[in-house]
Amino acid sequence: MTHGIDVRNLTARFGDVVALDNLSFSLTGGKIYGLLGRNGSGKTTLLSIIAAFRAADDGIVLVDGREPFENGRVTEQVCLIREAGNVVDGAKVQDVLKMSSNFRPHWDAEYAERLADMFELPMKKKVSSLSRGQQSAVGITVGMATRAPVTMFDESYLGLDAPSRYAFYDELLRDYMEQPRTIIMSTHLIEEVSRLFEEVLILDQGRLVAHDETDTLLRRGMSVTGPASSVDEFTSGLTVLNHQQLGGTKSTTVFGQIDEDKRAKARAAGVELGPVGLQDLFIHLTNGGGEQR
Amino acid sequence: MFDDRSPIYYQIAEAIKNDILSGALGADDQVMSTNQYAAFYRINPATAAKGFAQLVDEGVLYKRRGIGMFVSPDARQRLLTERRERFFAEVVDPMVDEARVIGIPLEEIVDRIQAGPQHNGEETTGTQVPEDTRGGAQ
Repeated sequence: MTHGIDVRNLTARFGDVVALDNLSFSLTGGKIYGLLGRNGSGKTTLLSIIAAFRAADDGIVLVDGREPFENGRVTEQVCLIREAGNVVDGAKVQDVLKMSSNFRPHWDAEYAERLADMFELPMKKKVSSLSRGQQSAVGITVGMATRAPVTMFDESYLGLDAPSRYAFYDELLRDYMEQPRTIIMSTHLIEEVSRLFEEVLILDQGRLVAHDETDTLLRRGMSVTGPASSVDEFTSGLTVLNHQQLGGTKSTTVFGQIDEDKRAKARAAGVELGPVGLQDLFIHLTNGGGEQR
Repeated sequence: MFDDRSPIYYQIAEAIKNDILSGALGADDQVMSTNQYAAFYRINPATAAKGFAQLVDEGVLYKRRGIGMFVSPDARQRLLTERRERFFAEVVDPMVDEARVIGIPLEEIVDRIQAGPQHNGEETTGTQVPEDTRGGAQ
């Protein structure tokens, strides 16, 4: 039950604003994907098109080989939970769960109840009367218990306190291992969740700036620190994401393949090579002033 | 448990090797499954599997189909040999190089080592605190 996702030359516009700019990528499915991007980078638009909440202006999206838009056979396999949950006004928590059980072929009512207990959701209260965090918990409960082959969480943690967020991550991981499926999480809390991701996609201004296995991506980022002239010599020809200088010491963040030979030379020249965390890499890759390629 | 210094799968492999060296994991002991490992350390199971696969490649662990992963009977010996070589390459050789640069005769170093620590070692042992004491609590 692993549903792949193919995105080809996808473009989406809001009036004059291009939200997604000729975007292409392919996910084999059955993994946990991290979708990272700054506000307005197009994450939500992308997820909305995959979930068929809106149509593409150009290009094509295929979920398990089929177009989702106005195609019920596909959309019942896809679940997108947005930041505030997808909740009908005036509905009580128990109504939301009941409605989901009617529409969702893989719905697990027992699991939904267990999650609702875990988050201490008040079943008889209106969702609109709940706190932001509790509303997020309703969304997460629906998203998890739907057990959709393609499950997407778009910043579905807002207002949740740290213990509840970690309970969500643990639950996501546990349930994913029991029932592997395609999970896409968009988040700004990169440090918290980066280790859950098998692959990471980074969007910037509607374009894909990185898509790779998390480990591979991290290995392509590197901080280079040492005497300014040696650092400059080492980094020439590499993509420089950022640099800082203090006196004669320079620290440069680079992105690209660096072979063992070059590493050895760096060590010999007194240049220290260090890793870059996903959050830092993300910041540098999506920094408006940084080089794009 | 993990830091950003090296890939997580590598750190997983190192942690298991340390358990084998310390005796916490003995020959033919079963190790945690990748899923248990992933859940415990809150990491993607594919990452954990990568660490385990590396250990199988290196002959430290072996697989029993449908049952799980176990510590190879000769794993400890193998790791001791590897660490011994690494100790000379990464600790002794650079020390000797440095001693040459600053003109310390090797005899003086040998004498110093044989005489034992000259000052209280408490401060210098700070880096030896086992990492697993702070694991899992984040």
